[in-house]
Amino acid sequence: MNILLLLIIIPILTIIGILFARDNKHVRVISAVGMTFQLIVSAIIILWYLAERNAGNTAEILFASNYVWYETLNIHFYIGVDGVSVAMIGLTSIVIFAGIFASWEVNDLPKEFFTSLILLSGGVFGFFISLDLFTMFLFYEIAVIPMYLLIGIWGSGPRQYSAMKLTLMLMGGSALILVGLLGLYFNSNPAGGPLTFDILEIAKVQIPLNSQLFFFPFLFVGFGVLGALFPFHTWSPDGHASAPTAVSMLHAGVLMKLGGYGCYRVAVFLLPDAAHEMAWIFIILTAIGVIYGALGAIWQKDLKYINAYSSVSHCALVLFAILMFNETAMNGAIMQMISHGIMTALFFALIGMIYGRTHTRYVNEMSGLMKVMPFLAVAYVIGGLASLGLPGFSGFVAEMTIFVGAFMHPDTFHRVATIIAASSIVATAVYILRVVGMMLYGKITNPEYEQITDAKWYERLSTATLIFGITAIGIAPLWLSNMITAGLGPVIQKLLLSVN
Amino acid sequence: MFEGVPLSWFLVLSTIMFFVGVYGFLVRKNLITMLMSIELILNSVCINFVAFNKILYPDHMEGMFFTIFIIAVAAAEASVAIAIIINIYRRIVNIDVEKMNEMKY
Amino acid sequence: MFDFSYTIWIVLIPFFAFLLIGFLGHKFKPVVSGIVGSAGLFTSWILSIFTAYKYFFDVGKIDGVYQQIIGYHTLWLRFSDTLYIDMGVFIDPISVMMLIVVTTVSLMAHIYSTGYMKGEKGFMRFYASLSLFTFAMLGLVVATNIFQMYIFWELVGVSSYLLIGFYYERPSAVAASKKAFIVTRFADLGFLIGILLLSYYTGTFDFLTLTSPTGPAIGTPPTATFIGMSVMTWAMILIFMGGAGKSAMFPLHIWLPDAMEGPTPVSALIHAATMVVAGVYLVARMFPIYVTVPIALQVVAWVGAFSSLFAAVIACTQHDIKRVLAYSTMSQIGYMMCALGVSGMGGHEGLGYMASMFHLFTHAFFKALLFLCAGAIIHAVHSNYMYDMGGLRKFLPITHITFLIACLAIAGIPPFAGFYSKDEILVAAYHHDTALFAIEYIVAGLTAFYMFRLYFGIFWGKKQDYHHTPHDPPLSMTLPLIFLAFGAMFAGFVPFSALVTSDRLAFDIHTEWIIAIPSIVIAIVGIGVAYMMYLKPTQIPAKIARSMSGFYTASYNKFYIDQLYLFITKKIIFNNISRPIAWFDRHIVDGSMNGISYVTNQASDKIKGFQSGQLQQYAMVFVSGVIALALVFIYLWT
Repeated sequence: MNILLLLIIIPILTIIGILFARDNKHVRVISAVGMTFQLIVSAIIILWYLAERNAGNTAEILFASNYVWYETLNIHFYIGVDGVSVAMIGLTSIVIFAGIFASWEVNDLPKEFFTSLILLSGGVFGFFISLDLFTMFLFYEIAVIPMYLLIGIWGSGPRQYSAMKLTLMLMGGSALILVGLLGLYFNSNPAGGPLTFDILEIAKVQIPLNSQLFFFPFLFVGFGVLGALFPFHTWSPDGHASAPTAVSMLHAGVLMKLGGYGCYRVAVFLLPDAAHEMAWIFIILTAIGVIYGALGAIWQKDLKYINAYSSVSHCALVLFAILMFNETAMNGAIMQMISHGIMTALFFALIGMIYGRTHTRYVNEMSGLMKVMPFLAVAYVIGGLASLGLPGFSGFVAEMTIFVGAFMHPDTFHRVATIIAASSIVATAVYILRVVGMMLYGKITNPEYEQITDAKWYERLSTATLIFGITAIGIAPLWLSNMITAGLGPVIQKLLLSVN
Repeated sequence: MFEGVPLSWFLVLSTIMFFVGVYGFLVRKNLITMLMSIELILNSVCINFVAFNKILYPDHMEGMFFTIFIIAVAAAEASVAIAIIINIYRRIVNIDVEKMNEMKY
Repeated sequence: MFDFSYTIWIVLIPFFAFLLIGFLGHKFKPVVSGIVGSAGLFTSWILSIFTAYKYFFDVGKIDGVYQQIIGYHTLWLRFSDTLYIDMGVFIDPISVMMLIVVTTVSLMAHIYSTGYMKGEKGFMRFYASLSLFTFAMLGLVVATNIFQMYIFWELVGVSSYLLIGFYYERPSAVAASKKAFIVTRFADLGFLIGILLLSYYTGTFDFLTLTSPTGPAIGTPPTATFIGMSVMTWAMILIFMGGAGKSAMFPLHIWLPDAMEGPTPVSALIHAATMVVAGVYLVARMFPIYVTVPIALQVVAWVGAFSSLFAAVIACTQHDIKRVLAYSTMSQIGYMMCALGVSGMGGHEGLGYMASMFHLFTHAFFKALLFLCAGAIIHAVHSNYMYDMGGLRKFLPITHITFLIACLAIAGIPPFAGFYSKDEILVAAYHHDTALFAIEYIVAGLTAFYMFRLYFGIFWGKKQDYHHTPHDPPLSMTLPLIFLAFGAMFAGFVPFSALVTSDRLAFDIHTEWIIAIPSIVIAIVGIGVAYMMYLKPTQIPAKIARSMSGFYTASYNKFYIDQLYLFITKKIIFNNISRPIAWFDRHIVDGSMNGISYVTNQASDKIKGFQSGQLQQYAMVFVSGVIALALVFIYLWT
């Protein structure tokens, strides 16, 4: 059996297990066990993948399986991975693992909560391993829809408003995607004969430039909505602010990566000529997004808003790098997705834990927390330093790869955009240090905070996993970089071909 | 028995019945009367079936069968409708159709 | 060839010490952290000394030229086939010299801190950060490529941030740490863009390739220009911007005085002897390229000279002794920068380069000593301010003597270390540009004045009523003082022109008395003025202050540069950019999204009237529709 199928089967089994659970504790334990297995399977897949590559297997896609699903329309259930998707799988399993432990204290309808959460993660896994546009879209929807329930039911603040906004904007995005996918489908065989949703097959086809130009914006903007493309990012601050901890983690950590991955795997890969033609528009938008998100974050008071704007800035950098169309920048984009995924999950986890203790998310109401909760405070500082791109953490590796790659462009426009995007590192430092200074340092002003206790074991486990991920990439980035570079090959080749 | 009756007479009759039924359905406010109007419409259709069958294709029986089906369905429909009407009456003690506007936006 | 690969351990040992203290420190008594940190650093120190001996006196020189050796390297991250980041150890005269400086001063700071920080709450955290800093600084000096340097450059920045904010409950410390990080970060942005430019046009990060005379940067420089200057000039100026930020050159100096909020050993180590000279080191490292772009070199010289004068003037009016020392540091680094700026390449032309490195070396000793003495003084009287001190020479004899030695060294009185290095800088400036020489000459006098103002104010002057009798610190603190005092006395005798030169070839120097004598004279004048004004409490300082009140107030307020920055950051960026953006995002961008949903909602509200619930109305519409269709089919569909 294909090992990738396990990534979908384990969530389903876990959900079934949860349905039979008797009480809260059972639900938690079953979820934790299931997601631990998922993490192990992901690790095995990564190691196995590397082993295969080392053994000289140069196939574009490994672990491929192709099942016919609906013959009339030539829809397949086609799965397989390359270096990029393996990396994304690793990211997802780390974040969901940490997310389960970060939501250890959900006591309100835990069965339904964990079911939705795991369903969501199953959708994400399915998305990353799909090689058929139709199944990819199906899994995309599976990942997006539980979000509505999770925010609407377990959220806080104006949760219905946020959930509605988030879901509607993402649905709007998926409507665009659907149009784009159908466009690809009907152009997939210009010579006549059966049409196909198969990504690799479509990649071999030369789609006429007119159709490319027509459908590229649909796909790029559609996925871009999920990837927080300026100006379609506003669901992110509200959605994150209202979402419960684990949902914010998964959403910012993984779901937003679906957008970037989709832009990379579908929009740019399959429509390279249009991508070249229209890149400048989106480069401008993303460069604005990078700096705009960072500057917007400086003024916010709510921790989650700060982090949401920071995510807008970081995710814009992902799309920015994808549009640079060279190996280094794309490599940086994928690394940035992984780095930002882990980092922001760490942030949201910590924000949830801090909120659980102080019952406020406003930075100006907190101070001196370093003294009473050193573990969480140090973890927050580490997350912050990673976020502002300190060497030794993953953020630096990713950002530098992006900047070096983007700067390799010979024309001034790309360079100026790169410099603008690079200047966000200063703004990032400002808002991160502002929060750290206000919230963690200083004297404790609110006497109630004297009673705060430091992290519990499950919180420690959750944070430690994520911190491990950040530092592992930050200290030894070469293996990840090599793995991704190997996966980028076909995309880069196709882009290069289209220039000539 | 009807040898000398031309087809147009049947058609005129059924058309009159049909529009009487439509008029009744659109204008009468009492649910029972509206139900009766529907019966009129159905029966006008039945007349058409029988007449066309008899005059155009005397060897065939499809028109007759269809009429019998319609009568059976109409009976069933009438019983269901009257059941609903009785339920509505029990609930709001009224069978005026204009009072029944809950099913909107 | 001698195998230098062990040198990686000089860098790694402090890192392991950091990990050990960071993860396991809280399991043991605090003092264990101190011992682990110091012991680790002691090993590094021994290894550095050994390396220096081997390199300078045994295997480093081939045919009279000191070799550039890659002691160790490993691939860390690959961008493309030519652009990749190695982690390694680059051994050449300046890096070996820096190894000595960093490990020595750091070791002294470690030992000193076991006494100074005793009983502090974050003792373990302090040692962890100190080890992290030492690791980062060592990694910086041995960098084999510019990106490795950038990586460790950022790491020293963050350890400096952590250490300045060590007393995190004190708002001023938090603000200072934030300021230090953000200002240097801003400078680093320039550095980063400079690296991007340089690496794009030369296709390499590697120092060895970059500085090679036939390499892509010097041998075949890119011809592209941008707004009237060659891209190499732009790149080197931007890289210098990074150096200027770290080395607190005007106008990026504002973080350094505030950084004195950190514990004093930190100030001695990071903000006097090692990290702040990283900028000088950076320029020295890239020096062969700077020589090919005279405009950039000119910028270096003038920024350095102006900073040294500017800081010296401010130092004369400050009352906080650590701030005086901070401005003095800035001034001395300006000296070093200026020396690099006036230097040429090779032989006697490269005098400025040699002098700059020499001054860096001697400065590390006497400035670290000054700070550690200041620490001892603060330890004794529990105040940073000069007006709380006076007549301390009787209470703190060891501190007094060592402080005096350091003051004489920095003032440039022979035979103390500062004289030799400063003299070489003046000579180099004199031969290059008289204006720069004049500035540096004035600064020499000012330096002597403000240092002795400090000295007389603290150790002489009127005796204060102290709450409890001040006394010399314990042995753990006085030992480093004595050690560094020896350094401040004898470091000047190191034959730098034979060891550290721009082309790594030895050359002869002789003291040019025509420069040396005036420089001694102005130092003595400075000391004399300070003697008259501050030995006994007199009215002279107040009178002078009154007579030039505008200038005095401006200098006392550091020429309002801080206020200017505050205005730019707070008023312009925070209130006029960030806030409107946040508003814009909420109301315009998000508003238009909400607007779409509002319009949809309204439209649906209008349309829903059709769905009236009136059965007969529906039927009416239906029937009319059917009739209309029937009519259409009958009459129009022909």
